[in-house]
Amino acid sequence: MTGETRYADDLVLPRMAHAKLLRSSHAHARIRGIDTTRARALPGVLAVITGADLPRVRFGILPVSQDEEALCTEKVRMVGDAVAAVAAVDEETAEQACRLIDVAWEPLPALMSIEESLAHPEVRIHEYGDGPNVHKSVALQFGDVEAAFARADLVREDTFYYEGSTHLPLEQHAAVAHWGPDGKLTLWSSTQTPHYVHRLLAKILDVPAAHVRVVAAPVGGGFGGKLDPFAHEIAACHLSRLTGRPVKIALTREEVFYVHRGRHPVLMWLKTGFTRQGDITGCHIKTWLDGGAYGSYGVASTFYTGVINPVSYKMPVYKFEGARIFTNKPPCGPKRGHGTPQPRFALEVQLDRAAEQLGLDPAAMRRRIVTEPFTKTANHLTVTTTGLAECIDRVVEASGWRTKWRGWRAGEAPSEKKRGVGLACSAYMTGAGTAIYWNAMPHSGVVLRADRSGAVALLCGATDIGQGSDSILASFAAEVLGIALKDVHVHPADTTLTPVDLGSYSSRVTLMCGMATIQAAERLRGAIFEAVAKKLEVAPGALVARGGRVGVPEDWDTAVPFAQAVELGEAMHGVLAFPGSYAPPRRAGKYKGGGVGPSPCYSYTASVVDLSVDEETGEIELHDVWIAHDVGRALNPLLVEGQVEGSVYMGIGEALMEEQVFRKGLHKTPSMLDYKSPTTLETPDIHTILVETDDPEGPFGAKEAGQGPLLPIMPAIANAVYHAVGVRIDEVPITPDKILRALEARRRGKPARVGPEKLPLFAFKEPVVVESAFGQPADAVVVRPFQAERLA
Amino acid sequence: MMRLPPFTYVAARTLAEAAAALAEHGADAMLVAGGTDLYPNMKRRQFEPKVLVGLRGIRELAGVRGSAREGLTLGAGTTLAAVAAHREIVTHYPALATAAGLVSSPQLRNMGTLGGNVCVDTRCNYYNQSFEWRRAIGFCMKKDGDVCLVAPGSPRCWAVSSSDTAPALVSLGAAVRLVGGGGERTVPLAALYHDDGIEYLAKRRDEIVTDILLPPVDGWRSAYLKLRRRGSFDFPVLGVAVAARLEGAVVRDARIVLGAVASRPRLAEKAAAALVGRRLTPELIAAVAELAAGPSKPLDNTDFTHPYRKKVTRVFVARALRALGGLGDAGRAVEAIA
Amino acid sequence: MKARIALSVNDQPHELLVPVHKTLLEVLREDLGLTGTKHGCELGECGTCTVLVDGEPVLSCLALPVELEGRRITTVEGLAEGGRLHPLQQAFAELGAAQCGYCTPGVLLTAQALLAAEALPPRDRIREALAGNLCRCTGYTKILDAVELAALRLSRGARAGAGR
Repeated sequence: MTGETRYADDLVLPRMAHAKLLRSSHAHARIRGIDTTRARALPGVLAVITGADLPRVRFGILPVSQDEEALCTEKVRMVGDAVAAVAAVDEETAEQACRLIDVAWEPLPALMSIEESLAHPEVRIHEYGDGPNVHKSVALQFGDVEAAFARADLVREDTFYYEGSTHLPLEQHAAVAHWGPDGKLTLWSSTQTPHYVHRLLAKILDVPAAHVRVVAAPVGGGFGGKLDPFAHEIAACHLSRLTGRPVKIALTREEVFYVHRGRHPVLMWLKTGFTRQGDITGCHIKTWLDGGAYGSYGVASTFYTGVINPVSYKMPVYKFEGARIFTNKPPCGPKRGHGTPQPRFALEVQLDRAAEQLGLDPAAMRRRIVTEPFTKTANHLTVTTTGLAECIDRVVEASGWRTKWRGWRAGEAPSEKKRGVGLACSAYMTGAGTAIYWNAMPHSGVVLRADRSGAVALLCGATDIGQGSDSILASFAAEVLGIALKDVHVHPADTTLTPVDLGSYSSRVTLMCGMATIQAAERLRGAIFEAVAKKLEVAPGALVARGGRVGVPEDWDTAVPFAQAVELGEAMHGVLAFPGSYAPPRRAGKYKGGGVGPSPCYSYTASVVDLSVDEETGEIELHDVWIAHDVGRALNPLLVEGQVEGSVYMGIGEALMEEQVFRKGLHKTPSMLDYKSPTTLETPDIHTILVETDDPEGPFGAKEAGQGPLLPIMPAIANAVYHAVGVRIDEVPITPDKILRALEARRRGKPARVGPEKLPLFAFKEPVVVESAFGQPADAVVVRPFQAERLA
Repeated sequence: MMRLPPFTYVAARTLAEAAAALAEHGADAMLVAGGTDLYPNMKRRQFEPKVLVGLRGIRELAGVRGSAREGLTLGAGTTLAAVAAHREIVTHYPALATAAGLVSSPQLRNMGTLGGNVCVDTRCNYYNQSFEWRRAIGFCMKKDGDVCLVAPGSPRCWAVSSSDTAPALVSLGAAVRLVGGGGERTVPLAALYHDDGIEYLAKRRDEIVTDILLPPVDGWRSAYLKLRRRGSFDFPVLGVAVAARLEGAVVRDARIVLGAVASRPRLAEKAAAALVGRRLTPELIAAVAELAAGPSKPLDNTDFTHPYRKKVTRVFVARALRALGGLGDAGRAVEAIA
Repeated sequence: MKARIALSVNDQPHELLVPVHKTLLEVLREDLGLTGTKHGCELGECGTCTVLVDGEPVLSCLALPVELEGRRITTVEGLAEGGRLHPLQQAFAELGAAQCGYCTPGVLLTAQALLAAEALPPRDRIREALAGNLCRCTGYTKILDAVELAALRLSRGARAGAGR
C-alpha cells in the first residue's frame, strides 16, 4: 500500500552483481558447442557458466519426472530453454555478454502439437515416459461403464478443446542468491514453495541442504507459476559461488512466458449416460494433455483432468483415461485449478446439452444430483460437507435465473445483441492429500513463541502470495489466545527458521497451516493456563483467554493481562515455544494412482453469467457474474471474497481471450500487449455469495476459496452464449470469430458448433479396474486432539 | 528489465534547433515526441539511434488554434488526451476525438502526441518482438532480415498501419504541415503515407511533422469505430472512419477510410462515391458497406484472424453510416460515435 | 553518456548523474532507492509502473528523466502524508483491494489523479480511468469499491474541512 513491501527485485545487497540467462532460439536442437570466450572478455563480466559448470544432475519438482537441467547440456527442447548464464556488474553488461556467447546448434525437428508428437515417435523429445513422446498415460476404471451406458435413457458423446494459458503474474520472477564466505548459501526468491526449492537446490548444486537457506520474498502474484525450482534461481546461486558476490537475477516478461508451467491445453472426449430424470448412470472421459517440453507437475495434472469430476454430482460408475504428451514448447504445470478447469468445462457444457435433450432446467437438473455429504465417490474420494445445492439455490435466486432463463429457446429479441444466461458448477480440493515427495512427515508445521511483551511470533513456512494467508494464520493464533491480531507477528517463510510447509498450492495453506497453527496455539495456551491457574488458584479448565487477558469468566476482575500470563508461563515452563503440525488424513484410494485427488475436504461453487452477444461481430459483453461458493466457513469474508473474485476474473480471462499459442515454433504472443488479459473494461462487477457448511476437516470449519471459483466461469459463459444465440462453442477461449463461424454454419444449414472435429489415434493402456466406492459412507473424520474444544 | 540502448539526447527548444540536429546527425538521429511508440521499439532493438532529438520542449508544436468554423490547426505535440477532450474537436470532428480517445490506455494518452500517432510505426506479429525472438525466427524484411514472414513470396513488407487518428483525420480531409531543411510544405494527410510496411511515410528524414490542419467543419459529420480485443492497450486491428456531408437525408459528399487492414490508411473510394447524391437508407448502407469491405484485405499478422477482420469491416462501415444518418441501432459501437 | 539531471520526486529535489538512456522507472528504483514503483513489462503494456507527473498518470518505463526536469513527480512513497495514510490507501486496506500488492502503487496513483480531477466519479468513470492498470489478483471489484469509498470520504472531508 505504501510501496514498502520488498519484493525480490527490490532487494539490494552490497556488491551485488546482476545475471542474465542465454536462452535457446531453437524449439528442438542439439548443442554442438558453446563458446563463451567473447563473453568473458567483455569488461564488467564477472563469470560465465554453462551446463558443463554445474553438477550433471537432472531435477524436476516430481520425483517421477526429473527431466530438467538448469542449463541444458546436450540439447534444448523449446525456444527459451536456458543454456548459459552471465554475471556482470550490471544488467546491461550481462545482457550484452549473453549476445556474445556463440552456440553451435544442430536443429532437430520440432514437434509443436499433440498430433505432431504422436505422429513422429522417431523424434524423441525425452528418453523416458510411457511411450514415444508420451510422458504419462493413465487409465482408471471404477465400475462397469458399458453397463451404465446400457442402462441410460440418453447417452451423449462430446468432444472439447481447452486452450493453454499462462499465469501472467504482474511480478516477473526474480531472485537474489548469496553464497557467503562461510560456504553457506542463501536464496531470496519470489517463490510459492521455499521448501521444495530448498531440497532441490541442495541436490542440484551438490551442497548439503543444511547449509542452504531459502527465504520466500513476498510474491507479486503466483497462481502456480512460481511453484517449481527454476533455472534462474540455480544459475544465480552458482554464479554467486563463483564470484563471491551476491547475484540478482530478474526475468523479463518474455522470459516469464518461457518459464510458464501454466494451464495444459487439453483435448477431451466425454461420454455420459443419463436417465430421463437427469441422473448420471456413468461417465467415461478421455483427456489428452499437451505437456510441453518437461514434466513439471504434469503427472499430477494428468490425474487431475480425471479425478475431481465425480466429486460434484452423483456418478456411480466412472472411467478415466488420460495421456500427457511432450511437445517442444514451454512446459505446462499447475495454474489455478490445476488440471480441473478443462474437464469441468467439458462436463458442465455436456450437462447443459443433456438438460436440453431431456427438457430439464439446467439448474434444477444439477441440483437434483449433487453428491451426498459424507460419502465416497466412485473413485474413492471422500466428500465431507457439500453446499453445492445451496450454492445453486443462492445463485439462481440472486441472478433472477427463473425470469431470465425461461426455457431452451435462444434469445428472440430482434436487435443485433442477444442476451443470455448460463449456469455451471464445480468442486475443488482443499489441499492435496499427498505430498510431492512420498514421506510420512507433516505437510505443515508452525511454531508459536510467546514473548514477555505479550507479542506472539508465528513461524510458518507458508508463503502469502496475496491470498492473505499471513493474516488468516495470525487470526487463528489471536483467536485461540484471545489477543489482538496486531500482537501476532507472522515471520516470512525462511527455511532455516520456519518449519516446513510444502507451499502455497492446491489451496492448502489456510487448512493445513491453519490446523497446525491452531494446534500450536492450543498447546501454548495450555502451558499459559497451567501457570495462570496456579497463580489464581483455580483449575486450568476454568480459564478462558479473551480480550488480551486470561482469567475466570465469572471473576474477570482478577484476570491477568496476556503479557503477565506469558511471564508466569515462562517462569513455570521455560521458553514458551510450541510446535503444531498437520498432515492430511490418509485417504488415498488403495489403487495405483489413488494418491492424486484425495483431499481433506472439497469446496463447491455455482455460477450464473449474464451476457450479450453481438451477432454481427461475435463480441461478448459480460453484464454480471453471480458466484456462490461453499467455503465451509468464511473466517475472513473480505479475504474470501477477494479470492472468489480473483478466481472469477482469471476464469473470464481464459473464457474470452487468454491463449498461450505458438506459430513457426515460437510463442506467438510473449508480451503483456499481445497476450490478452482482461482490463477493468472487460470485467463486470462480480457478485459473491458465501455459503457455509462448517466442515469438520477444516480449521474452524473452513475450506478453500482460491481456485474452485475459477472453474464454473468458462462453462457458464459457454452455456450463456448458447442461450443467447444458439451456437455451441466447445472450445476455450470463446472468441468472437468462433461465434461468427458458428452462426455462419447455422445459416448454411450445418451444425451451429465450433469445436474439435477429430481425436488423436491413441491407445491408452489397459485400465486399472477398481470397484466403485460410490455411495459408501465416508471414513470417520480424524478427530485431532485439539479439535475437541472448538471455539464458536 | 528491458532497457533502452544508449543514446545522446538533444532537447530542441525550437523547430530550427530540431532541424539543425537532424541535419547534423543524419541517419544517426531520430525524432522523439512522447516516446510511447519509439521507446518500446528501442527496447526491443527495432531502432538504435545514436541521437534522439526531443521535440517536447518546442512550444510551437503544442496547442490547438482556430475554430470549427474556420478550421483547426492542431500542433503535432498536442497529447492524445488533450485532443480527445478538446471541446471543438469533440463537438465538430467527433471521429478524431473518438479515435484519439481510444488509443492505447489513459496513461499513454497523457504522454503520446497526435503527431506521434499519425507517424506511428507500422506493426506486425513478426516485427514487434524482442531482439531474441526475432533472431529465433530469422528476422524479417522490415528489420534485419530478407523475407516477409507473413507473405514469404512477397517483394514488399506488409506491416500494418496501426494509427487510430490517421484514418479519422483522412476521413475529415485533414492536411499535414511538414517543416524540414528544404523549407515547409502542406499536403493532404493521405499523401503522407506510402503503401509499404517499411517506407510507410512519404517524408524526408529531415522533415518534422508540425501541425495537423482540419478544414472548416462545414456540415461534415464523422464517426470512428475501432476493432480490438480489449477496450484498452490494444492497437486497432481494424479502424473504420466515415465522414459525410448531408443535406437532409441526402449525402452530398462522403469519405470512408479503413485503418489497420493495410500498410497505410486505405480509402474505400468506390463505396464513398456510391453514397453521393443518394438518400441514406438501410438498403444503401448495406450495399455501400459491402463495397467498402472490398479494399479491406488484411493479412495474418495482427491479433484476430484476418478473415474475421474483413468480415467486421462491412459491419463497422454500416454502423458508422447508420450513426451518421441518425438511423439508430448502431450496435455497441454507438458509444464510440459522437 | 551521463547527464546531470535535477528531478523533483515527492517534493524532494534530487541532483542525479545518470546515463541519459535510463528511464524514470530505472532511476527511481536504482538511483533513488524508491522501489515502491514496480515494473511488469517495461514496454508500456501493463500500467504497473504508473507514477504522476504534475498530477497526471504516466508510465515511468517510457519516461526519460532528462525530459522531466522542472516537473513534479509523485510516486507511491509520496502518497501518505507524514505517517498518515492517504484516504485511498486507507480504503484499499479496509476493503481488501490489494492482494499481492504488486499493481497497487500504480493503481493508487492513477486513482488519486482521477479523484483530484473529479470529486465523485461514477463507477464506470473509475473503470475507464483504471483501464490502463492491469491486475491479476482482484478482478477489480474491490478496487472500484475502494476508490468509490475514498472518493466519498474525500468529498465529505473537503466539505467538512473547508476553511480548516
